[in-house]
Amino acid sequence: MAPTDRAASPVPALLIDAEEARRERSIRMQRTGRWLLPLLIMVAALVLWDRLCVWNDIPQYILPRPGVVFDTLVQDSGLLFASLLVTLRITALSLALAVIGGVGLAVLFTQSRWIEMSLFPFAIVLQVTPIVAIFPLINIYVDDQTTKLLLCAWIVAFFPILSNTTLGLNSVDRNLIDYFKLNGASRWQTLWHLRLPAAMPYFLGGLKIAGGLALIGAVVAEFVAGTAGQSSGLASRIIEAGYRLNAPRLFAALILISLTGIVIFLTLSWISHLVLHRWHESALKQEQ
Amino acid sequence: MPARTHPFLILQSIGKTFASGVTALDRVNLTVNEGDFMSLLGPSGCGKSTALRIIAGLSQPTSGVVDWRGPPIRQNDIGFVFQEPTLLPWASVYDNVWLPLRLRGVSRKEAEPQIAEVLERVHLTGFEKAVPRELSGGMKMRVSIARGLVTRPRILLMDEPFAALDEITRFKLNNDLLELWAERGFTVIFVTHSVFESVFLSNRITVMAARPGRVFEEVRVDVPYPRNETFRTSPDYASLCRQTSGVLVRAINATASELEEASHGAH
Repeated sequence: MAPTDRAASPVPALLIDAEEARRERSIRMQRTGRWLLPLLIMVAALVLWDRLCVWNDIPQYILPRPGVVFDTLVQDSGLLFASLLVTLRITALSLALAVIGGVGLAVLFTQSRWIEMSLFPFAIVLQVTPIVAIFPLINIYVDDQTTKLLLCAWIVAFFPILSNTTLGLNSVDRNLIDYFKLNGASRWQTLWHLRLPAAMPYFLGGLKIAGGLALIGAVVAEFVAGTAGQSSGLASRIIEAGYRLNAPRLFAALILISLTGIVIFLTLSWISHLVLHRWHESALKQEQ
Repeated sequence: MPARTHPFLILQSIGKTFASGVTALDRVNLTVNEGDFMSLLGPSGCGKSTALRIIAGLSQPTSGVVDWRGPPIRQNDIGFVFQEPTLLPWASVYDNVWLPLRLRGVSRKEAEPQIAEVLERVHLTGFEKAVPRELSGGMKMRVSIARGLVTRPRILLMDEPFAALDEITRFKLNNDLLELWAERGFTVIFVTHSVFESVFLSNRITVMAARPGRVFEEVRVDVPYPRNETFRTSPDYASLCRQTSGVLVRAINATASELEEASHGAH
């Protein structure tokens, strides 16, 4: 068969049938849509917010226009970012402690079923009791403000790490465990070379949840403790702005907290991708 | 190649009953000679994998004795290859093969000549940095075999290692395994449910019967090595397969009384 003259078309050699072409097009559209659609919705929401304020003549102390909120964010940036740093510090520290505590306890659990059976219910009790209800007790027993906030954020953040890591440490291929036994591996070697790496995807999943929870814990703790007026994190700024009917600053602080949460999530997702992308299924699907 | 006449491992009346009450093995007697390529062939549920686990020391027999002859057997002397490649998914090919040496305190650098040699033997030179996910099923199995051989074991225990592979890959791996075996002279116990594979590979086939697992009959494959495609397509091979199939069918259909007779008459 003589080759038809198709030099002008972008893929001359490849003949694509209609079904494949449709599939290609749909994949390309989905790729763009993934970031374009949320962006469009976000912009539309902002415009609607702005228009609602104008059409209904809503006073600024009840619902400020988005432009005003943005101006406040810029004007009060010194104050707000100083507070953001305070909140971030508590979040990061409590997340670090949650990792140490969660992984440490999980490792302890896998070393002995008895320890797991004895302590796991206790961890669940800590998890299911609302932190706001525990906080008055912490307030009585702990003097130092930072310690109070840390403890509070830690209680909220550590459970997903503990439960996920425990699950991961126990989800090791039975044959691999036999293989290690066959090679005379010590308990420590099995933990270090087998159980911990195998638990990594589970741990990182827990970490992603715990990152957001640590921020929530830090803000909630400050809310409950903030009445004393000693702290200066973002939650205190929100309470303060509320008392003063300074709605634009309240919104500005709120937006900062949301952005922080998003940044934490993206950072942890990125770390997770870096660690897992070569070998774990979950990371593979993300790539495509 | 060793003469394959010196007893290396003798199973004496091995029995295994699980806590659930299921008897996996009943009075199994088996003598494996040094340098043997012995296949354990039987239907599923005949306890061949259990027997292998007992030999490896992964499981304790309820009764009977596992008797190693010659110099005392050490952990280094036993290599094990599972049905699945059973590799560390996060570790490179190199690190996977290094694993058994690493667990014995050999550093990554010290292990290099041994790893390079064994990887070359299984035709994986150049794939050191790949992780298992990037390899085909056959290549993963090669890594698993390399890992089993890197400690230079005296006996290699293989639990249906090629069952999950396509036929073309399986043929290739069978050939390579025979070459390695001839070259290094280790002993192999090879669990399989494939008549064709067992005839091609082994010099002795122990056919087992199920419920409870017992030794039914032994088939000798007195065809000289090296064996290659010529053997695989020869009338000899076909008739040995027919003979072995016949024994296997009898083992599957055997009644309890016949089994009793067979297991007592065998030794």
